[in-house]
This record gives sequence, structure tokens and C-alpha cells, in this order.
Amino acid sequence: MANQPRVIVVGGGLAGLMAAIKIAEFGALVDLLSIVPVKRSHSVCAQGGINGAVNTKGEGDSPGLHFIDTVKGGDFLAHQPPVRDMCDAAPNIIYMFDRMGVPFTRTAEGLIEFRRFGGTLHHRTAHAGATTGQQLLYALDEQVRKFEAEGKITKYEGWEAFYPSIDESGRCVGLTAMDLRNMEIRSFASDAVIYATGGLGAIFGYGTNSVVNTGAAIAGCYQQGAIYGNPEFIQIHPTAISGADKLRLMSESVRGEGGRVWVPKNPKDTRAPLTIPPAERWYFLEEKYPAYGNLVPRDVASREIHHIVQTLGHRVEGEEAVYLDLTHLDPDYLTKKLGGVLEIYEKFKGHDPRKVPMKVAPAVHYSMGGLWVDYKQMTNIPGLFAAGECEYQYHGANRLGANALVACVFGGMVSGVNAFVWAEANAKKERSAAALAATNQKLKSRVNDVLGRAGDENPFGIRRELGQCMNRYVTIVRENESLKKADGMLVDLKKRLARAPLPDAGPWANQSLIHVLELENMIDLSRAITQGALLRDESRGAHFKPAFPNRDDEKWMRSTKASYTPDGPKFDFSETIDTSLKKPVERRYDVLPEHAPKPGGAAAAAH
Amino acid sequence: MESHGHSTNAPISVRVMRRDNPDATPRYEVFQIPHRQNMNVHMCLLEIQENPVTVEGTKTTPVAWDVNCLEEVCGSCTMIINGRARQACSTLVDTLEKPITIEPMTKFTVLRDLQVDRSRMFEDLKKTKSWVPIDGTHALGAGPRYAQDDQLVSYTLSRCMTCGCCVEACPQYGPGSAFIGPAVLSQVRRFNMHPTGKLNKGERLETVMGSGGITDCGSAQVCASVCPKEIPLLDSIAVVARDTTIHALTSWFGK
Ligand SMILES: Cc1cc2nc3c(=O)[nH]c(=O)nc-3n(C[C@H](O)[C@H](O)[C@H](O)COP(=O)(O)OP(=O)(O)OC[C@H]3O[C@@H](n4cnc5c(N)ncnc54)[C@H](O)[C@@H]3O)c2cc1C
Ligand code: SF4
Ligand code: SF4
Ligand code: FES
Repeated sequence: MANQPRVIVVGGGLAGLMAAIKIAEFGALVDLLSIVPVKRSHSVCAQGGINGAVNTKGEGDSPGLHFIDTVKGGDFLAHQPPVRDMCDAAPNIIYMFDRMGVPFTRTAEGLIEFRRFGGTLHHRTAHAGATTGQQLLYALDEQVRKFEAEGKITKYEGWEAFYPSIDESGRCVGLTAMDLRNMEIRSFASDAVIYATGGLGAIFGYGTNSVVNTGAAIAGCYQQGAIYGNPEFIQIHPTAISGADKLRLMSESVRGEGGRVWVPKNPKDTRAPLTIPPAERWYFLEEKYPAYGNLVPRDVASREIHHIVQTLGHRVEGEEAVYLDLTHLDPDYLTKKLGGVLEIYEKFKGHDPRKVPMKVAPAVHYSMGGLWVDYKQMTNIPGLFAAGECEYQYHGANRLGANALVACVFGGMVSGVNAFVWAEANAKKERSAAALAATNQKLKSRVNDVLGRAGDENPFGIRRELGQCMNRYVTIVRENESLKKADGMLVDLKKRLARAPLPDAGPWANQSLIHVLELENMIDLSRAITQGALLRDESRGAHFKPAFPNRDDEKWMRSTKASYTPDGPKFDFSETIDTSLKKPVERRYDVLPEHAPKPGGAAAAAH
Repeated sequence: MESHGHSTNAPISVRVMRRDNPDATPRYEVFQIPHRQNMNVHMCLLEIQENPVTVEGTKTTPVAWDVNCLEEVCGSCTMIINGRARQACSTLVDTLEKPITIEPMTKFTVLRDLQVDRSRMFEDLKKTKSWVPIDGTHALGAGPRYAQDDQLVSYTLSRCMTCGCCVEACPQYGPGSAFIGPAVLSQVRRFNMHPTGKLNKGERLETVMGSGGITDCGSAQVCASVCPKEIPLLDSIAVVARDTTIHALTSWFGK
């Protein structure tokens, strides 16, 4: 008997909620699993905005220019057709949110306001104050609630997915998850599964990411045979504030609204910033990149700051940081445009950025890599889809600011549509009970193993060491000797984790157990990230090796595809990049590109 | 790219209310925690997690708590710190009286230790149709135009992170009462003012007119003073109260 098509969506951030809505609109049933109540997903953290070439400023902007900026920003490592489709869809995505009631910041005429962001010269970023991700997520959360009230979407909040279940033919027929309250292990059957589980920043210990972003779900798919694409491409954001638990982001929108980055010219200068005369300040980004200035892409800005602070030894009031300065701008304007970000600085640093320059430094922020998917967002496992930050498709070697949200939503739409089509076509087939039982058993055995461990190690200490290792060796500057060393440390951490007894063996809301399961997965991903970085002997986007300072298109314009084996990742570099739409060029931000907005651009666009 | 927060300050004493499951009797455990620079309450719990030993030297389990964004935008880590509901991530230890007492919110079922079940708030958002009814997510062009001033009001209301601080403080809200609470009433105001959201205005008002609705508000006014997002809850309550009155009159006359 034919089943009614059923799709499981794992993750309730922007990507997962968008996918769930699309599927519900088509009329299939959706089970939506999420660790946190979906309204508390990491997407709420996004501050600056969402890109779409709506061209409301008479600059002659277009989706085609958005596409060029994006593939160039990504240093030509993204396949171009899906990027073009995303840029084409972006204006309508913004309009969709507009119709859902997102309180986007407005112009005097009542239209959506756009601001500038990194890696482009156009005003292309729609925003709701400076808490855009929160506002977009809430809009989707509200729409999902409507479908929930109609019985089309069933939420399982407080559930964590561990393994997709794969039948004998290789097709995904559901997954195995755990209830984080009573620790029940249960398999869910379905005709298609979409993973939309977000990023993996927590691997690096300190960074801008939320606590739940461990990447453990990506690892669960990887362990079941899904390919992990471009793992070594990790974005370091240039401007975050120090903190003992998290390096909180000061969004790129701060520079988009006119914020300037500088250090005192004299590296040993310890004067208070506002007492330093302009002639004694070094606006190093503006000087080196006159065309893009403070809005060069993140990989470029982070490397420059690293150079200034770590190599040239500049300090701001003795700290290893640079100034991000807004004090020359009108305070009321700043409150209106950047309130949410400035509040964070005030709350956690105790200073008002309208009055004193902020002190910022680079921090791990985003993963360009993720589950490998085809243009329909399907992984190499038929029936298993992925969307959002957990997949690898749109950003190549470096993501442009405000492109993540649009990629999450677009990927959510594409995966939703294709998962529905797939589910409908496969609903007649059996959802293999044996496959579902196998992952169930796999998770049970793993849990029993973790509960039975003895020895002298502390699982929480090991997590700290993992973060330190990855942060130290696998971020802005990469060297083959250190990468080898890091990989050795990772092997060792995994062995030590096997000797770490659990501080809690209880059957109810056992966070320690979950911690260890996730940590093992994080170590598996870390090895793929580290070894991917080791193998790629070139510099491209966020991946920078001083020993190989140039981009090498001949040899390396290829995706990295990592597959899991118990002895470590196995790599395949046979996939070349589809650059059929824009020929790769040298990536320069010091001179104006031919598509820079210029007077007359509006007239040109009016044709 | 790393922060170490060395500090020479004296260790901090933290009292945590523990409960192993919803049916267990609560107990307190006291911990001595090394002080770090810029330390928030969340970090105290992390210290206990790595070294779960009480001040008496007794081994215990790590404390269970919810946390995600670490920048006071997701609402997860709400708990009662020194008697007041607030976020563990944005509450800095140096601003607190010692010893610090940490307890779960009292208006919701405690799952374990500091974890509570706030799903009631989400259910109430469902009951009040807190969404804009759209025809679909396919391309239908731009939304309605919106004046800057209206956007500002709507944005202010829309920053509610369903943390529950306001209902924790509200004397009318709790397990024994049907009162829907200020956060959801404020969302009713928000959706009623949206050009498309307005289409469900009548239904929304009717949901908050009966028992458990707007009239259960005793105007104690504490809700607004504790909201971490400074949402003008009293204005919202006043607007919804006025609208329900008008709605009651007009629908009565209309009959
Ligand atoms: C501070 C900050 C600011 C940012 N600002 C911007 C910006 O202005 N513009 C922009 O474009 N991008 C921005 N980004 C990036 C962007 O926010 C993220 O890439 C994006 O929100 C990710 O969305 P997502 O839907 O993929 O996943 P998330 O929002 O991370 O959601 C993941 C979901 O998966 C669930 N989940 C995870 N694992 C499991 C599991 N095993 N089982 C069940 N559920 C699971 C979680 O509960 C959650 O619901 C920012 C990022 C940060 C850190
Ligand atoms: S004003 Fe109303 S909602 Fe607010 S605390 Fe008082 S009784 Fe509760
Ligand atoms: S209104 Fe304020 S206090 Fe109440 S739930 Fe929303 S954010 Fe929290
Ligand atoms: S962790 Fe999100 S509010 Fe504290």
C-alpha cells in the first residue's frame, strides 16, 4: 500500500524551517526534529542582513552582479550554476519575508532599506535593525506554527538526530534520534530526509557560533557514508570582541554603515584612542585597498589584521586587537541602524561604541564546507538532502557577508521541493525496517560503550583541548608541519576520550552523555578539516598557506571530497569546478572592478 | 583568537538548586568557583560541569541547563539568579552579590536542575494566530509599504525572544492560572498592526477576550520592568485592552 509521502527535516534554523514550509505547502507530512526549540536556533544570531540585488539605490545593481561578486568572493571554488540561481532568487526571497511581516528597516518612501556589506560596492543588504537573522527566523517560525496548528508539520523539539538510516539499495529511509529528556532512542521512518543542522564552529572552542553548533549531525551523516565537501574552508571573521566564553561578533554591517578599522601608527602607542590625532592613526585597510577599503572580504581583512597584530606587533592599549571605530558617526543614526550589535558590545564590554572605538580581533565564524550535495541539494546518499550552513555548495573558498542567510533560505527551498518530489516518487517503496533497526542498534551500542568507560580523563577537558588545537593550527595561517602535528593530536584526543568516565550515568536529561557523543563526532570532522588543509598545497580564499602563497587553478580548482573510514578520512579530488558562467580572474580588491557602480549607472539600468 | 581570563580575585561561592527530574524534591548544592575576568553565570556552570565537586568535597553530577546563543538573543538560558529571572549568558558575575544563588524559573515545569519546559508560551502563540497569513511562499512581489515609524514599533515588539522573564514576574501568570501573559498579548498587538496581519485581528482579539485573556491582567506592571529586550509591554496591554473593548462593542452592535 502506498504511504502518504513523509519527509523528516532535521534542524529548525532558517534552512530547515524553509524546507519544512515548502514541503507542507505541497501537502506532504513533515516531522521536524531539533535539539533546541526552533525559535532558539543559531540563526537568531545573524545580525547584519540578507543579500539580494533589488537595486533601490540607482546603482545599476542586478542578480548578475551579485553572482559575480559571490563567485569572485569565493575565489572560484563554487560551482557556478547554483550560485547564479540563488542570486536570481534573492530579491524574491527578500520580498517573501517582507510579506511575512519582517520589520525590515525602511526608507523614507516606505521601501526596504539596503546597506553595504563586504566584497561588493553595491547597497545590496536588506536588514531589520541589526538583528536580521532573529527577525527572519521568527517569520519562518510563525509560518511553521501555522502549519503545525493545521497538523501538517509535527515538531520534535529536544530531539537529536544521530544517524540517517540507509537501506540495502543505498537509499535513505529515515533516521535514528535520541530524546534529550528521557534519553529514549527511536528510529523515524520517512521517504526523504533533509539535514539542515547548521555549522560546526564549536569545534574551534572559541568563536562567534552558538553552543549547539558542534557539527555532530554532519559527522553522523559522514560516518554513514555521506561525503563531506571542502572541509578545510573555515571562515575567520575579522571583527569579534574578546570574551572568556565566546568571541562575540561585531557584524560587518558596522563597517557597512561607515565603521573604520585602524591601529596607532606607533606599535607601542598606549594612549587612549580618541587622544591619538588622525595623522598618527593607521587606517591600514583603506590604505592598502582603496577601492573596497574597510569592506574587503573577510578572508582578506582577517589576514591583514593578523599581519598587523601578530607579525608587525601593533597593539591597542596593550591588547592584541585593532580598533573598529564609529565615533565619527551620529549616535542616533547608529542606534537605529546598529542598535542590536552595539547593545552586545555595551553589555559585555561595558563601553558605549558611539563614544569609544571598539576593540576587535579575528574569530572563527562560519564553515564554507559541509555535506557534499548536487544541484538538487541531495547528498551522495539517495533520499538524503542537506541545506543551510551544513552543506558546501554556495560559498566556495570564502563566503561574502549576508550571503549565508540567502543561501540557507534558497537551499531550504530547493531541498524542500526536491525532497518532496523524491518522497512522492518513492512513497510506494518499503521503508526498510532492517535499516532503521540497524542505526538504532548502532546508537545503542555506542551509548553503552560511553556509559561503561573508565579511566582518568575528563571529557570536558578534552573538548577544551580540541578547541585549542584547532584554533592554534587550523585557522588563518596554515603550515604543513603544524597540520600534521594537529592531526596527531586529534588521534590522541580520541584515544583519551575512550578513557574518560562519564560524570553522570543517569537516565534523564543526561547532558554529559550527549557531550561525549558529540565530541567524538567533532573529532572526526576535525580530522577531515585538518587533513584537507594539509593536502591542499595552494592559497585560496580562507585557506592560506605561506609556503604556497598563490592560487593554483591548474591543480586545485577542484572540490575536496572527504569520506569517512574508521582510520581517518579518505580524499577524492577528481571533481573540477563548473566555471561556465564567469571565467576565473585574479581576485583584486585594491582597484575598482569594471562593474563598480558609477554615476549614470541608474540611467544604464533604466533601459 | 583565544581568550584566557586570568584573575587574582577570590573564588566565588555559587548555590545551585538541583532537581534530578520533574518529580524529585529540590535540594541546594554549593560550589566554590575560581573567578575569571569578564565571567558570566554561564561560565560558572561550565566550571561545575568540568569539576562537579561541592564545597564539602562531595562528588556530584554536572548541572543541567539550557544555553545556545551566548549573546542574549535566543532566550534559552533564562533562570533565576539572586531572585530575579534573567539570562545566564549576559549576567556578569562581578555585578552580583555573593554568594550567587541560581534557581530554575518557577512558572514552568522543571525538567532537570535549571532546565524548564516553556512550551506553553509557544502554544499560546499558536492559539492567538501569531503570524501574518500569506498565500504562499512562491514569488508574489513585494509586501505592503511600511512607514519608518510603524516599522520601529513593529521591530521593537518583534524582538521578543520568548524567554519568559515577564511571565515569571507577573503575579497573574502561573501553572494554576489560564492567563496568557504579557509576551503573547504583545504579539497580538504586533500582528494586529501589520497590514496583512490585520486580516485576523477579530479572531485574535476574541481569543484574548475570555477567561485567561486580557482582563486577567491585574496591571501590576512588573512585566515591563524585567523584560531584557525592553519591550513596551504595558503599551501593548493597553492597546490590546482598548481594541478588545472596541471589538466587543462593534461585534455586539453588529449582531
Ligand atoms: C554571530 C553571527 C552573525 C551572523 N550574521 C549573519 C548575517 O548578518 N548575514 C548572513 O547571511 N549570515 C550571518 N551569519 C551566518 C548565519 O547566521 C548562519 O550561517 C545561518 O543562520 C545558519 O542557518 P542554518 O539554518 O543552516 O542553521 P542554524 O540556524 O544553525 O540551525 C541549525 C538547527 O539544527 C538543529 N540541529 C543541529 N543538530 C541537530 C541534530 N543532530 N538533531 C536535531 N537537530 C539538530 C538545531 O537545533 C537548529 O535548529 C552569522 C553567523 C554568526 C555566528
Ligand atoms: S501588567 Fe498585567 S501582565 Fe504585566 S505583570 Fe502585571 S498583571 Fe502581569
Ligand atoms: S516580552 Fe520580554 S521578558 Fe517577555 S518573553 Fe519577550 S523578551 Fe522575554
Ligand atoms: S544563551 Fe541565548 S539568551 Fe543566553
